[in-house]
Amino acid sequence: MSDRCMHAQFTVNGESVDAQVPVRMHLVDYLREEMGLTGSHLGCEHGVCGACQVMVDGQVVRGCLTLAVQADGKNVQTIEGLSESRELQQLQAAFLKHNAFQCGFCSAGMLLTALDITKHHKNASRNEIKELISGNYCRCTGYQAIVDAIESVLHTNLSSSSTQSGVKA
Amino acid sequence: MKSPDFEYVKAKNMEDVFASLHSYKDSAQILAGGQSLLAMLNLRMASPQILIDISGIDSMKGIEKFGNALRIGALTTHNEILNSDLVKLHVPLLAQAVPYVAHLAIRNKGTIGGSLALGDPAAEYPAVALALNATMVIQSSKGERRVKAHDFFLSLYRTAVQSEEVLIAVEFPLATSNHRFVFLELARRKGDYAMVGLAVALSMDGKTIRECALSFMAMDDKPVLAPSAMKALTGQNIHPESILLAQKALDTDLDPPGDLQANASTKKHLARVLLSRALIQAGEPYV
Repeated sequence: MSDRCMHAQFTVNGESVDAQVPVRMHLVDYLREEMGLTGSHLGCEHGVCGACQVMVDGQVVRGCLTLAVQADGKNVQTIEGLSESRELQQLQAAFLKHNAFQCGFCSAGMLLTALDITKHHKNASRNEIKELISGNYCRCTGYQAIVDAIESVLHTNLSSSSTQSGVKA
Repeated sequence: MKSPDFEYVKAKNMEDVFASLHSYKDSAQILAGGQSLLAMLNLRMASPQILIDISGIDSMKGIEKFGNALRIGALTTHNEILNSDLVKLHVPLLAQAVPYVAHLAIRNKGTIGGSLALGDPAAEYPAVALALNATMVIQSSKGERRVKAHDFFLSLYRTAVQSEEVLIAVEFPLATSNHRFVFLELARRKGDYAMVGLAVALSMDGKTIRECALSFMAMDDKPVLAPSAMKALTGQNIHPESILLAQKALDTDLDPPGDLQANASTKKHLARVLLSRALIQAGEPYV
């Protein structure tokens, strides 16, 4: 049986895609199988684990709960693009320093949630960080290290922004 | 797992939606945020012939005051509700409940209309809507009709929305200074479906409860009110004796099926615990 396809146009990490997309294919299968972008992982495939997360129009979403055809007209960013653009550099360095990668399976999803935290929850407490990453499973159970890494980035950013504002004042 | 095959149409407006619904009737499924539907497809719990994607229809988005109600468009996301000052001000019960709805990434896409129309008995919005007896605004090609939450939730995943109809908005009554609201939930992991959840809306006359709604989630095949406990509390002040009476009354109100998370007696116990916590919290201004 050949799947129904639909035409879709979108960008992935800045690169234009203009293709016939199988309608029932979710976004991460498309990224992995059609584009070779295997950094986004598939764990549960029903929205529970968070390993498949990607950015769509700047918002972190579950890639397995987004159809590839729904990316039509949108801007998709994956762990590959966000690594290359160095947007994740500070977080990746902190994850490495705090041994927060372990087996690496959850890392792409964790880093995208972490990026959202550094952008939208700059003052998050340790408990708030825990709650914000509670939608991402780490089956190595390396949560403490992951929270440590994110917390360290928030602290660094906060102290550098307060120094900057101090200079301005 | 992978979803079964289906057709897909991206609706540009309501006319598109009703045309597709008319052609496919019950074999069509509306796709809003997709955060439950796409999971159900991947698990092969659903196999619609066509998905009608309504996510691009802007008229169903947004939060606004509308007469004596706060009207929330069906496609408003959990995150938009979480960050809404209007919701905090006018529907504090909803504001208290939304942090329990799913997780960060899912909140970016999941919608209030999707959750209400799915009618999951363990979900937060249905319980809140029931406690406040919110008004569901349902549209078809023939026009609009309004259904109160008390008549909306029928059974597991069944609501008053008929084939060829779409839930387009929900209207919550505005809170006043005489109201007290508490939302509490117990789940294995915050953001997951509740083991037990409780939405409380009290209308106070000084220290006395004038009217009371207790809406429980994950206790039946739909969100349910607890009429005996509500009656026991009406006309009472919040104090240890009235709380105890209300807890006892729950025995006649709730008859939950056991599930994978907890057996029936554990659920009933947890419901009593939540009720007491909620009433103590609601009564704090008077202590």
